[in-house]
Amino acid sequence: MLIPPILSAPLHMIPIPLIERICRLMFGRIAKAHPGLFERLDEHRQKRFAFLPTDLPLAFVVVPGREEISVLRQPVEIEADAITEAPLFLLLALMEGRCDADALFFSRDLSVTGDMEAMLAMRNALDASNIDLQKDLAKLAGPLAPIARRVIGEIRDRALKDQNRPAGEAAAWN
Amino acid sequence: MELICPAGTPAAFHEAVDAGADAVYCGFRDETNARNFPGLNFSREELREAIAYAKRKGTQTFVALNTFMRAGAEEIWYKGAADAVALGADALILADFGLMAHVAEKYPEQRLHVSVQASASNPDAINFLVDAFNAQRVVLPRTLTIADIARIGKNIRCEMEVFVFGGLCVMAEGRCSLSSYATGKSPNMNGVCSPASHVRYRKDGGELVSELGEFTINRFPAGEAAGYPTLCKGRFDIADSNGYAFEDPVSLDVMGELEALKAAGVKALKIEGRQRGKAYVAEVVSTMKAALNSPPDRRAPLLARLRTMSEGQKTTSGAYEKRWR
Ligand code: SF4
Repeated sequence: MLIPPILSAPLHMIPIPLIERICRLMFGRIAKAHPGLFERLDEHRQKRFAFLPTDLPLAFVVVPGREEISVLRQPVEIEADAITEAPLFLLLALMEGRCDADALFFSRDLSVTGDMEAMLAMRNALDASNIDLQKDLAKLAGPLAPIARRVIGEIRDRALKDQNRPAGEAAAWN
Repeated sequence: MELICPAGTPAAFHEAVDAGADAVYCGFRDETNARNFPGLNFSREELREAIAYAKRKGTQTFVALNTFMRAGAEEIWYKGAADAVALGADALILADFGLMAHVAEKYPEQRLHVSVQASASNPDAINFLVDAFNAQRVVLPRTLTIADIARIGKNIRCEMEVFVFGGLCVMAEGRCSLSSYATGKSPNMNGVCSPASHVRYRKDGGELVSELGEFTINRFPAGEAAGYPTLCKGRFDIADSNGYAFEDPVSLDVMGELEALKAAGVKALKIEGRQRGKAYVAEVVSTMKAALNSPPDRRAPLLARLRTMSEGQKTTSGAYEKRWR
């Protein structure tokens, strides 16, 4: 499931500092809910991990050891140790461990470049955590939390259903 | 037949147990295990919790200490074995004869399985390990045909476990030196076929280029399903041709041969994939469990959906039903 241009276009207008503030709030909430989240990163904690949603004009750069997230407007030259590119919903599904990164790599829905040790460690750290964006982020909506939970849940279900494409052709033989 | 399922993290372990695994295999976060990838595997505490969870659900836990000991550093492996035994592992999966001897002597009650990495692929080799170290099960290499397995089964004094789904190793396992040659690191000593430290992906126009050390392993044109940057599944220029020298990027799937494997005397079916995510583990284990409980003619449609999760989005029955090129 891709974000339609009609929804991503307004992001060109929203000031980056505002998007960054919202992202920091969300990142802080997730880090608080999962204190051991980056324990598996070991020596890769201070590295710069870039996530580029292919359907948004934005890029997100995370330094886990500093609990730091910055937002850049795409296209831009990204300075990062490892870069992951995929549609936004797949990046979010990977964060929750609801999709298998290798399968997305095989299908070319996801691409990775840069330091593969760092990237693998990040992938495994996220997969080992039990991040649940619906649960973890809905609280940010305060009194509107139940509505936020429902909306996030519905979008997620739709995106995951979309991802489960029918299997390919018959098995190949040697 | 038992279903033996992989887990690289506690989260994947829980998924495997919940999806109906008869046993889950996993390893410590160090060089004792042949899936020693960054961020993967279990601390002692995580393994303790995982084993307790599995026991509550009636699932067994096998601990893989399946690399070869480094001379002078045997303590790392001995400590791994001691801890796995103390934590209540139902079986240890071992490849190194020295470690097998140590475990057989120190923990004679501990169930010992011969790892595929030990490359025990004929009755003499297997019976030697049974007699010398009281091995109770052998995991057979993926280089045998079903007829070979049946012949071996008739002549050995332990159980047989075979790989039925997931990554496909095409060599005599435990003996492959391809990645040692290219990177100085090997699956047998360092627990990696394509060490992440030596893997690079880059885009070249529409192509995805995968490299391992100084070698280009593959160039995938836009739209073509990709594979791991493993030397044995690389596309190379050989004389005047360009193609896969050993094997295509493809995954193993012999679930279509369940009846034949059962008739051959196979006791347990193993799913490869400790390096895969928990979503993969949940999907593959539940699908395989459903397939095992279905009549043969209902299995194919169930299993078809796993193909998109496979390397190169293709599956093969490999050597089990070898058709030479
Ligand atoms: S490089 Fe290939 S053949 Fe060698 S051990 Fe790894 S998977 Fe097996």
